[in-house]
Amino acid sequence: MSEKLLKVENLKIGARIYPPGEKPRNIDIVHGVSFELEKGKVLGLIGESGAGKSTIGLASMAYGRGGVEITGGKVWVNGREILGTNLRDLRKLRGTEVTYVSQSAAASFNPAKKIMEQVIEASLHQGKFSKKEAEARAVELFTKLGLPDPENIGNRYPHQVSGGQLQRCMTALALCPEPDLVVFDEPTTALDVTTQIDVLMAIKDAIRDTGVAALYITHDLAVVAQVSDEIMVLRMGDMVEHGTTDQIINNPVEEYTRDLVSVRSTQHEGKPPTDNPVLTVENVTARYKGTNFDVLHNVTMELHPGQTLAVVGESGSGKSTTARVITGLLPPREGKIHFDGRDLSPDLEGRSREDLRELQMIYQMADVAMNPRQTVGTIIGRPLEFYFGMKGKEKRARIIELLDEIELGVEFIDRYPAELSGGQKQRVCIARALAAKPKVIICDEVTSALDPLVADGILKLLENLQKVENVAYLFITHDLATVKAIADSIAVMYQGRVVRYGPKTEVLAPPFDDYTDLLLSSVPEMRLGWLEEVVQNRKMESAGN
Amino acid sequence: MMRIPPAALIGLFFTGLYFFVAVFAPLIAPYSMTEIVGDVWEPSSSEHWLGTDNIGRDLLTRMIYGGRTTIFIATAATILSFTLGSILGFTAAVVGGWVDQVMSRFVDLIMSIPTLIFALVVLSVMPVTLLILILVMGLLDSTRVYRLARAVAVDINVMDYVEAAKLRGEGRRWVIFREILPNALSPLVAEMGLRFIFAVLFVSTLSFLGLGVQPPNADWGGIVKENKDGIVYGIPAALVPAVAIATLAISVNLVADWVLNRTTSLKGGRG
Repeated sequence: MSEKLLKVENLKIGARIYPPGEKPRNIDIVHGVSFELEKGKVLGLIGESGAGKSTIGLASMAYGRGGVEITGGKVWVNGREILGTNLRDLRKLRGTEVTYVSQSAAASFNPAKKIMEQVIEASLHQGKFSKKEAEARAVELFTKLGLPDPENIGNRYPHQVSGGQLQRCMTALALCPEPDLVVFDEPTTALDVTTQIDVLMAIKDAIRDTGVAALYITHDLAVVAQVSDEIMVLRMGDMVEHGTTDQIINNPVEEYTRDLVSVRSTQHEGKPPTDNPVLTVENVTARYKGTNFDVLHNVTMELHPGQTLAVVGESGSGKSTTARVITGLLPPREGKIHFDGRDLSPDLEGRSREDLRELQMIYQMADVAMNPRQTVGTIIGRPLEFYFGMKGKEKRARIIELLDEIELGVEFIDRYPAELSGGQKQRVCIARALAAKPKVIICDEVTSALDPLVADGILKLLENLQKVENVAYLFITHDLATVKAIADSIAVMYQGRVVRYGPKTEVLAPPFDDYTDLLLSSVPEMRLGWLEEVVQNRKMESAGN
Repeated sequence: MMRIPPAALIGLFFTGLYFFVAVFAPLIAPYSMTEIVGDVWEPSSSEHWLGTDNIGRDLLTRMIYGGRTTIFIATAATILSFTLGSILGFTAAVVGGWVDQVMSRFVDLIMSIPTLIFALVVLSVMPVTLLILILVMGLLDSTRVYRLARAVAVDINVMDYVEAAKLRGEGRRWVIFREILPNALSPLVAEMGLRFIFAVLFVSTLSFLGLGVQPPNADWGGIVKENKDGIVYGIPAALVPAVAIATLAISVNLVADWVLNRTTSLKGGRG
């Protein structure tokens, strides 16, 4: 007979919103969700942004973020009903019985205090352990989570450890008071894939060893498949499907779940390079002003007309810096940029309007890439006006044509960016780039801020536009699934160098260099047991060396 | 129909009233500015609602014309300081480098000298005319606006949409007026209310010290100065302009607060 640790029944959560120009009103963001969780089990909550994942996670500790209110339903933890209990009892519950691991460890740790102090704080505060006991437990957890130098890492400040290490410290923080339930809220989303795998394994081991139950919140189905026993799929505050991990991954019932499982399974046939590249980066070495080290070393790559070159690497590998050099924002120290048979001036000021027009850029964060005080019509219309001198009816007709190309209707023309969804914003940015009739578009992580299904739509749109407009993409991304879906050739970057470069078929075929191997094998795959397999393989490899 | 909060309504009413009176002063004032119509410091009566001043002129008339002068100088100085300060501030932020350094250090230099003393020195060697007064006040105040505008623009200048405009090849004028200005408007509008009040207080102070508006014309500060001796004898003539300055200051601030609240929740506004 297993004991129900967490029971949520018909949970309803509302929020008060303040739409501009209208009266504030209440909306429901979670409509009656129910589930149970046994001791030692892991339930994955998955869905797009706005699905109510985090809100439900926090409600299991009877907490609502600012403006959010639990309006109905019941939550039991260890058989006690926790909604409506007084704050003092809740305080005992939070931080000891139920703990929380947030997405950004860097933002959650107090930068002015040492890690150890913060990890044991809750245990000490609740009087569960003496200081010595708590510290011993923390060191034990650091060891379990695979942190280097577990005895002393607690004496460091949060900025003195890496992002992946800090995320593990946060997990130690959550596990230290011996909780019964841990809520993991996107703990690996902000990490690089190669780091993610370590943190995932550490979390999984820690859950198994300590026997806690966990709610694991993420938008990445492949990740949740590795750690959870059960998965609940949420969409816009409703439960779509709830089942064992095996069933959800291998036999999804609902259509929405099937979409999630099959997302990005489309493969793009790589085209062979042509004779004349439209863009050539030749031996570029660059550094930022006021620093004394190069961030790019001898970077060389070619982009062919109508094709896609994917630049892949972790954060800090120099992908975006390469884009800055190409656009002229960061003149290189050495090396040259050739564009369509001519040399481009290293700095922005020296480039002609034609140079600028033919090389456009799309940004990662669509919401800051558009002026919030301009309408969609102005945003898309400006390049038309600026490069082609279009005015009045002619301009409007072309804007409507472009809106049509990005699959948005004419009614969007007078909207402001704040009135668009994330995917729509990115589409408008694509239209702005297309308006200039460019030969090359640099896409800097254009899908990483989007939900998987929305990102998939954007990728398909980009691919269709490439066929129609014959535009070449320099596609910067850290996501290898995206690369597989869109690239013709690939440049893998690591610490400012291109470590592997060539047509997609060659780059993705063995034999691999060490880094590419690590990168490729770190991309979560949507099947059970993938995580263990990878970790096992790596152990064997390192034993073999 | 939008709802105007009561505080803003009060502010709007008084601000509106003062500006209306200022604009239509010659039509409203019962007597002429310089005409002596009675005894010295007569108490209020049906002919002279606020009584008479230190040489027997109608105080209500003096107040109406004085308000006109005060508000005109303050408005003109504020407009000057905002136009100059924000354009220079935005330019410094967008151009950056040594241009920014030179401009900012120059502004620091001016700001390190107490404004009032600086103004007193300048006005004591220059002929005190309305134009000079406005120029001095506007230029001195523009340093404050410059600091604010530059700080706001530095933040906006690093946004991707500004970078996108630069990559498109847009000139500085477009970047400043079309990309940065609309997004910097709300803090500037709030500051404008505050700066206007400081201008009112400043011109009143200057006139009170005798370096502002020259007799027989007077602004509210000047009227306080003319009638200040009466206070010793229990005559409240000097308090009338003082109250006027205070109510104008408060009501303009109420309006500015409301405007700030509204602009930040505009379509596409941030926060």
